[in-house]
Amino acid sequence: MAIKTEPFVLNLGPVHPSTHGVFRMRTTLDGEVVVDMEPVFGYLHRGIEKLAEERTYTGVIPLTDRLDYLASMSNTLAYVLAVEKLAGITVPERAEYLRVIMAELQRIASHLIAVGAFLNDCGAFMTPILYMIREREKILDLFDMVCGQRLTYNYMRVGGVSHDIPDEFLPALDKFVNRMPGFIDEYDQLLKKNEILLVRAKGVGILPKEMAINISAGGPVLRGSGVKWDIRKADPYSVYDRFEFDIPTGTVGDCYDRYRVRIEEMRQSVRIIKQAMEQLPSGAVKSEVPHLIRPPVGEAYAHIEAPKGELGFYLVSDNSIAPYRCAIRAPSLINLTALCDMVKGWKVADAIATFGSIDICMGEVDR
Amino acid sequence: MTVALSGQEIADKLDKQFPGSIVESSQDSLVVNSEFLLRVATFLKDTPELDFSYLTAITAVDYYDYFEVVYRLTSMEHNHRLVVKTRCCERVNPTLPSVVSLWRGADFQEREIYDLMGISFDGHPNLKRLFLWQGFKGHPLRRDYW
Repeated sequence: MAIKTEPFVLNLGPVHPSTHGVFRMRTTLDGEVVVDMEPVFGYLHRGIEKLAEERTYTGVIPLTDRLDYLASMSNTLAYVLAVEKLAGITVPERAEYLRVIMAELQRIASHLIAVGAFLNDCGAFMTPILYMIREREKILDLFDMVCGQRLTYNYMRVGGVSHDIPDEFLPALDKFVNRMPGFIDEYDQLLKKNEILLVRAKGVGILPKEMAINISAGGPVLRGSGVKWDIRKADPYSVYDRFEFDIPTGTVGDCYDRYRVRIEEMRQSVRIIKQAMEQLPSGAVKSEVPHLIRPPVGEAYAHIEAPKGELGFYLVSDNSIAPYRCAIRAPSLINLTALCDMVKGWKVADAIATFGSIDICMGEVDR
Repeated sequence: MTVALSGQEIADKLDKQFPGSIVESSQDSLVVNSEFLLRVATFLKDTPELDFSYLTAITAVDYYDYFEVVYRLTSMEHNHRLVVKTRCCERVNPTLPSVVSLWRGADFQEREIYDLMGISFDGHPNLKRLFLWQGFKGHPLRRDYW
């Protein structure tokens, strides 16, 4: 005979190791089964869009670093692309290549954390993420080399990048890109067919293709559901049209597919970096840009394929030195739209794994 | 490369389909009368040669005289995009129709606009503040908020 239960509300978070930041999932449970789930946001809201309206165009760059703090390079890249579009500023070719190298390194770093944290949520506690953090550390060392920062780089600037790379950078990068595929293979070999991972992730938290498109999902969440859509291919920015790479996609859209897509994307990023290193031209890394940028009246939207999805900046100018409006299309927030549908009917532990597989960064969700 | 569809051409098409629905149009975007917003959005989403099944983003801008809500639409099938705008002149209690019934991706974004810009969306299933707490006074992204 089944035991009679009645639903009760459990708050997962805002401070909980599985919520990857200060995020609250207000779950209604019946026994261990999730009946309803409502995400509660705002614990990390700093009003970046409002703050941006009081700063000069260049002064906003450090703020954008603090959106998705696991992928600061990508954030700043999207922002400076929008300013360049708005003000009609050109970028030297070398700077474009450096941007691509940094953005792809950043993608690998972000995916390493995403995959590691996801496995953590699946119960492979701390061991996989430790190896991921070890590799990520090498990327942070590379970033440290070029701009002296490990997390908030302020490296992309309007009209180029802040510094040219030091002499020791390219040999170190070369060492890294030669090592990385082997590391991914080794890692993958251990986990790809791991029974525990398969049981925890296969068929769990399914996001069907139609729903993925309808909720405006982006990045690995969209591609995991089988949609071959990548801004780098669909609407190439910077010099992405000069590189050869594939868009990995999943089939069913479960946690495992999203995990696989991230692993494959890391391989593709290494491929892009290798090509960029070969083609890297010499020359200036920053064009002449006035200290105070005064774009003409108008608006511009620039988007990039950030590690977590389409990151876009919509800037409106009133011909003053500060943006009239700086709106951010944050992929982390929008990817959470279907979270409730994905976890409904599953056990609490599966809800945690599903949430981990979406990969969000609260800095970007709450802004 | 994602092709940006001409706002003017689409506006002409829409004006034939729904007379009086277009306020103005330019190469980059078109402004729709908010009364026609849902009908226009449904048309843009369901017409096979347009197929705007993906709503990239919604944003609102405060121009003092009016609020402008910007819908960024993308078709993955045809790889083209379009910017549709609508305006709301009311400042005390601005209301626009919600597009959540068409694109669920609008859910959190409309709540965010309601929270920070103070525009209500008619027909939204769960319209409440997204980031700030219930009971917070004012809407910080408005230009006159200090």
